[in-house]
Amino acid sequence: MTTRLETRFAALGKEGRAAFVAFITAGDPDQETSFELLSGLAAAGADVIELGMPFTDPMADGPAIQASSLRALKAGITMKRTLDLVRRLRQADNTTPVVLMGYYNPIYHMGVENFLAQAKTAGVDGLIVVDLPPEEDDELCVPALNAGLNFIRLATPTTDDKRLPAVLANTSGFVYYVSINGITGSASPEARDVAQAIARIKGHTSLPVAVGFGIRTPDQAANIARAADGAVVGSAIVSALAAELDAKGKARPGAPGRVLEFVRTLSDATHTARESAAV
Amino acid sequence: MSMKVDTVAVGATPNSLRSGPDGRGRFGIFGGRFVAETLMPLILDLEKAYDEARNDPAFHAELRDLQLHYTGRPSPLYFASRLTEKLGGAKIYFKREELNHTGSHKINNCLGQILLARRMGKTRIIAETGAGQHGVASATVCAKFDLPCLVYMGATDVERQKPNVFRMRLLGADVTAVTSGSGTLKDAMNEALRDWVTNVGDTYYLIGTVAGPHPYPAMVRDFQSVIGEETKQQILELEGKLPDTLVACVGGGSNAMGLFHPFLDDTGVEIVGVEAGGHGVETGEHSASITGGSPGVLHGNRTYLLQNDDGQILEGHSISAGLDYPGIGPEHSWLHDIGRVKYINATDKEARDAFQVCSKLEGLIPALESAHALAHIIKVAPTLPKDHVIVMCLSGRGDKDVFSVAEHLGVEL
Repeated sequence: MTTRLETRFAALGKEGRAAFVAFITAGDPDQETSFELLSGLAAAGADVIELGMPFTDPMADGPAIQASSLRALKAGITMKRTLDLVRRLRQADNTTPVVLMGYYNPIYHMGVENFLAQAKTAGVDGLIVVDLPPEEDDELCVPALNAGLNFIRLATPTTDDKRLPAVLANTSGFVYYVSINGITGSASPEARDVAQAIARIKGHTSLPVAVGFGIRTPDQAANIARAADGAVVGSAIVSALAAELDAKGKARPGAPGRVLEFVRTLSDATHTARESAAV
Repeated sequence: MSMKVDTVAVGATPNSLRSGPDGRGRFGIFGGRFVAETLMPLILDLEKAYDEARNDPAFHAELRDLQLHYTGRPSPLYFASRLTEKLGGAKIYFKREELNHTGSHKINNCLGQILLARRMGKTRIIAETGAGQHGVASATVCAKFDLPCLVYMGATDVERQKPNVFRMRLLGADVTAVTSGSGTLKDAMNEALRDWVTNVGDTYYLIGTVAGPHPYPAMVRDFQSVIGEETKQQILELEGKLPDTLVACVGGGSNAMGLFHPFLDDTGVEIVGVEAGGHGVETGEHSASITGGSPGVLHGNRTYLLQNDDGQILEGHSISAGLDYPGIGPEHSWLHDIGRVKYINATDKEARDAFQVCSKLEGLIPALESAHALAHIIKVAPTLPKDHVIVMCLSGRGDKDVFSVAEHLGVEL
């Protein structure tokens, strides 16, 4: 069965343009604002949506996403409510792929089979779980694949050629290349290093390769889009939302619309990158 | 003194409880390597380097020399005669880890790991600390081996453990106050992992307890097992038999694992781990991961954790900052599940009372962590026969705790 992710990347491949992948944290700063943002992402040019499942101890995330996770938890987000957000989105949008991104403990606590069944029913397409390397594939990766969900693996600068085949073995949907050694929202990668890394990964797989960590501006997104099949932006979008909150942490009127305008600048830059590079 | 640092494979029988972890770093379902891909190659490197080191006699010789001349090992096994007399039952011995250089068992692990870091050619050391005992021990070995040391400490802990912060800085370490999350030990550990993932080339992460991704739980246990190995020999000399009961406090559980591990196959030895009961497990304000928690995945391993019904990690509470961690080493979780070790808890108040009793009766001011173990002994010793031998790990000295105990007693210093 072809998944929404595979369909989307195949279509973009035919058009010859890169995917813009937008990350937001589920339930940040509250569930209604979060849903408004989520349901506007596709229209703002997001080809793939990454929805963060908040966790109290997000070890791979920088300050922006840590803070957004804590805001969401404080506002009452739960795993069930995160899945509800996807379910609501699917009533209006049955084509934009949605990937849940987070950490293993809330899934493990919910029960892997239970989680997978509910995620599938809600309309989730794939999972990115930061703290599950290939060495722990039997925990969630293999059950997810069996349940018909893509399991997107992270490859990093420390993943050498010897290790790449193991990392790619059970990966599906796309490969997420973490362009820097570090946490989300930190240093920005050098375009040349990224291009080399993508070439290296492509030597081992025919899957699309999207690049994330450290991409903040439309220019940076465009640079990545020239080399990769997709550019992922998370911390910058989450920070744009944080800037729209008042002193009490409530979203100001019109906040989602203004964040989506920012998303539009990123997606436009990603989509037109290869045209402007053709000179 | 035989140095059995290599307890994983050597001499392990198929039925031994000392043969873990398996090739995936698991003790039963616990342990494992739940880390981001960036760290995975580093952890595999570390595992390989540790395997080589523990099979290298030169490594053990250097460690043994440091234990003898720098730490002051072996630590005495001391008969607590007045306490024994007062309680009127079992015979109580203290394994005097508080006499070690830096004042706790933490130095045992730090010396082992710093030698390993040097072998691996690492030039920068990072560590996390709660109460500051591990931070001080890390700063100490870094000073001795001329390596820069950065200690992550929760901002809350920095505030309540000022003397240790100053000690670390005096030893040349940088101390970074972690404000993310709740500013305690678990957040310090998150931040250390974030540092490691950013500085993969030159940095060695010196974890202070028997937790974290494989190989840390096994490696730290091996470096701490000197406690139990010495105890075994000493008690045989003193009593002509193995102890009837071993007792140690358990936060992450490194002093406990060090004492327990060499005795796991001695089925006649009862083993008890004492968790921090805080205000009482029923109040929800405690750090008793086994008594009041459930299995989950955090900081690279599966183990018992304090968590809510949505898998979010809860804050621990304990009067003792060193036990204030919402998890426990994975091998403890396994030993609990198979029933080999009994895990119980002592409250803040019980620990505070034991702290005072020990000071007055034995002239030993124990760390509040160790006072939890003593609190259990105070409860059970009177009910036991006089030939029943209990060995408790006196894991640290209590000088660092006098301020917080004084505060609880309403004394202004």
